Amino acid sequence: MSSTDLDTFRAETRAWLEANCPTEMRDGVRNEETICWGGRNWEFISDAQRDWLNVMAAKGWTVPTWPVEYGGAGMDRAHDKILSEELVRLKARLPLQSFGIWMLGPALLAFGSHEQKLQYLPPIARGEVRWCQGYSEPGAGSDLASVQTKADSDGDDYIVNGQKVWTSYADKADCIFALVRTDRDAKKHLGISFLLIDMDSKGVSTKPIRLISGSSPFCETFFDDVRVPKANVVGMEHRGWDVAKHLLTHEREMISGGGAGLLGSRALGAILEEQGGEMDASTRAEALVCEVDALAIGLTLERYKDQAEAGGGVGDASAMLKYQGTELNKRRHELLMSAGGTEALTWDGTHGGLAADWLRTKANSIEGGTSEVMLSIVSRRILGLPG
Amino acid sequence: MSEDETMLQDAARGFLDGAAPVSHLRGLRDAGKTLDAKLWADMAAMGWTGVLVPEDAGGSDMGHAAAGILANEMGKTLVTSPFLSTAVIAATALRQVASDRATAALAQIAEGKVIYALAVDEGHKHAPENTQLQAVADGNGFRLTGSKGFVVDGSNADRLLVLAQSDTGLTLFDVPADRDGITRTASAMIDARDAASVDFADVQATGDDVVGTVGDAMTVLRPALEAGQAALAAEMAGLAAGAFEMTVAYLKERKQFGIEIGRFQALQHRAAHLWCESEVTASAVRNAGRMLDEDADNATMAVSLAKARATSTAKLAVIEGVQMHGGIGMTDAFDMGFFMKRGRVAAEWLGDYGYHAERVAAARGF
Ligand SMILES: Cc1cc2nc3c(=O)[nH]c(=O)nc-3n(C[C@H](O)[C@H](O)[C@H](O)COP(=O)(O)OP(=O)(O)OC[C@H]3O[C@@H](n4cnc5c(N)ncnc54)[C@H](O)[C@@H]3O)c2cc1C
Ligand SMILES: Cc1cc2nc3c(=O)[nH]c(=O)nc-3n(C[C@H](O)[C@H](O)[C@H](O)COP(=O)(O)OP(=O)(O)OC[C@H]3O[C@@H](n4cnc5c(N)ncnc54)[C@H](O)[C@@H]3O)c2cc1C
Repeated sequence: MSSTDLDTFRAETRAWLEANCPTEMRDGVRNEETICWGGRNWEFISDAQRDWLNVMAAKGWTVPTWPVEYGGAGMDRAHDKILSEELVRLKARLPLQSFGIWMLGPALLAFGSHEQKLQYLPPIARGEVRWCQGYSEPGAGSDLASVQTKADSDGDDYIVNGQKVWTSYADKADCIFALVRTDRDAKKHLGISFLLIDMDSKGVSTKPIRLISGSSPFCETFFDDVRVPKANVVGMEHRGWDVAKHLLTHEREMISGGGAGLLGSRALGAILEEQGGEMDASTRAEALVCEVDALAIGLTLERYKDQAEAGGGVGDASAMLKYQGTELNKRRHELLMSAGGTEALTWDGTHGGLAADWLRTKANSIEGGTSEVMLSIVSRRILGLPG
Repeated sequence: MSEDETMLQDAARGFLDGAAPVSHLRGLRDAGKTLDAKLWADMAAMGWTGVLVPEDAGGSDMGHAAAGILANEMGKTLVTSPFLSTAVIAATALRQVASDRATAALAQIAEGKVIYALAVDEGHKHAPENTQLQAVADGNGFRLTGSKGFVVDGSNADRLLVLAQSDTGLTLFDVPADRDGITRTASAMIDARDAASVDFADVQATGDDVVGTVGDAMTVLRPALEAGQAALAAEMAGLAAGAFEMTVAYLKERKQFGIEIGRFQALQHRAAHLWCESEVTASAVRNAGRMLDEDADNATMAVSLAKARATSTAKLAVIEGVQMHGGIGMTDAFDMGFFMKRGRVAAEWLGDYGYHAERVAAARGF
């Protein structure tokens, strides 16, 4: 692939986006309120949001790197990068974000059968089905492999009983990918299956949990004699741990990107100056360090993604990316709060969701595996220190 | 890394493991020396001294990314040579100038026949713009008077690049180190490497000795400093990697309380944190080399980012390196102290963390 090909692609992409991205979708706002999650019951906030999703999905550009037959555009990393850059350049909102895109999709692409991919991936790409993640349980957080939700064999089906917790958007999602115990006699890592369950199934219920940031996007999820076809297992029965871990590497890579605030974006210092006027010496010093780290972490994310195409998957290094990206994001939001001063202390101040955002970032180093767990992964799997 | 880069790295590591492990620096120090002429000649023979010298001046012209790979490998075993001063900084300065004299000087660098030192700072922090050393016009030439400190490789140098203040502004001179009126005093550096104080008392310099244009040193010096900063960042990333490797090996081998100390999570997580920091710094270092090769006029932020990150990571690596070795880390017989001392000198050379973080901030608009 020559650089002229890429230049042509960039020019064509730019022109197409100019022509097809609705003006309302070009305000550069990418926050909770403007996200398009899609799903069976999704209510578009505007016609523009619906149109934007539809034109992008038709081109396979909601999931550019997925194969065309599964709803993507079959792009390589170089083209995908250009598309992202052009979307940023246009200040376009993302047409669709979802756990299906970030997590289930990559896991299905790696472990799913052809039939499963055909069945599940295109609806994710078109934003028709919304997924949530059923990993954590009251007794299984960092020690995820000790999940107890059980799936007992009954002919061609399983009967699922148990409870998940911290299930983000379980009350909004159409389906859940869950870790369930299919073999209670095996060692804990070897008795787990990765199971796809429709949330409309009889016996599934959810109960929202309110977060410190005020919103309640996550839930307890209960399974009470839920019947699920065995055909819904992804990968081999009892070997769901492999699928689960692979999915987590993608989840972690995704979470790390949210924090890095990176090369294309605005400098933290500039935002702080605009927000709080003059910075005091200690805030400024911290902002300098944050800026240096943010740029370097951004480069690291790009470097690993570039390597991934050649070698396939970021793998264990996703633990490093997540640790660095999320810890940075917490530092940045502490600074934003400090620059905002007393004005940042109200829910509805002129800074809008600043306090809510600040509180939300505290979860970044917990969800998808805590920072301590990330360091343990690096220690054991990358440095080879004895467990 | 590209295949070529990996090959260069492997070749460099192979050579340096034999020719210049850390014991080489220890040997020089114990013998009271700061230069191994044979090592420098070998580097020339391999094309390293000409890494940034154009091919028509006899160089290998491999570029800044390649210079960074070499510096990185040198950093891992604290290789002592005038590579940065001469092959990176002086070569980059001289290649900004289209003159027969500059071309001849570049050829000498490529052949390993000359050692250069950059005499720029006068106070205790890197600040080229604060230069006080005077270049007073005298006929067709100048007379230089003033003092430079922390002239890295200043005692071993054959020639000096001297930054001076003339009545039209900063001017860079290229003079032989033994010219009348120059007095060099070697400093007893903590890293056991060469740095000197250099006094200039009415030193004659001709118009020919000016590198580039009178009153416009920065056109020549800025690229040279940035090349040096990027390569130094690469060296420091290597230094951090070298210290880290020793530390992780020790964690796996040392036993206390009946088990390897690497089983204690308090140490595991600190080692893991350090590795994460090193990976982030490695990205900044590579980016700096690439930017200097591809878009040198706009590389300032990338270079300062690399030097800032490398400075903080090297500091962390040597602090943790000594601490996790316990008592033995404090002994001179053990190598970790060499890493710590070189790390501190490299932190100051060509601008410390604060200097470079400010440059990043300026480039980012605050
Ligand atoms: C906002 C948010 C959204 C989430 N969304 C989802 C979701 O959609 N689906 C889902 O399945 N889960 C979700 N989670 C759950 C998340 O994955 C878990 O909270 C996380 O894995 C930690 O588990 P835990 O809460 O049980 O904490 P615990 O595992 O009990 O950890 C408590 C503390 O102990 C530390 N710790 C635990 N083990 C070790 C160890 N071996 N070494 C050192 N320290 C240790 C942890 O780092 C932590 O600091 C979400 C969490 C949050 C906060
Ligand atoms: C300058 C100096 C003067 C000294 N003077 C004296 C003296 O006068 N008399 C005397 O008897 N001794 C003296 N000591 C020895 C000193 O007390 C020991 O060096 C110290 O107790 C550490 O022991 P160690 O060197 O064997 O390191 P180690 O015990 O091998 O420790 C290596 C690393 O592992 C860590 N580590 C070890 N166990 C654990 C654990 N369970 N959890 C987490 N981390 C762990 C340590 O914190 C350290 O970072 C001196 C040491 C120095 C450096």
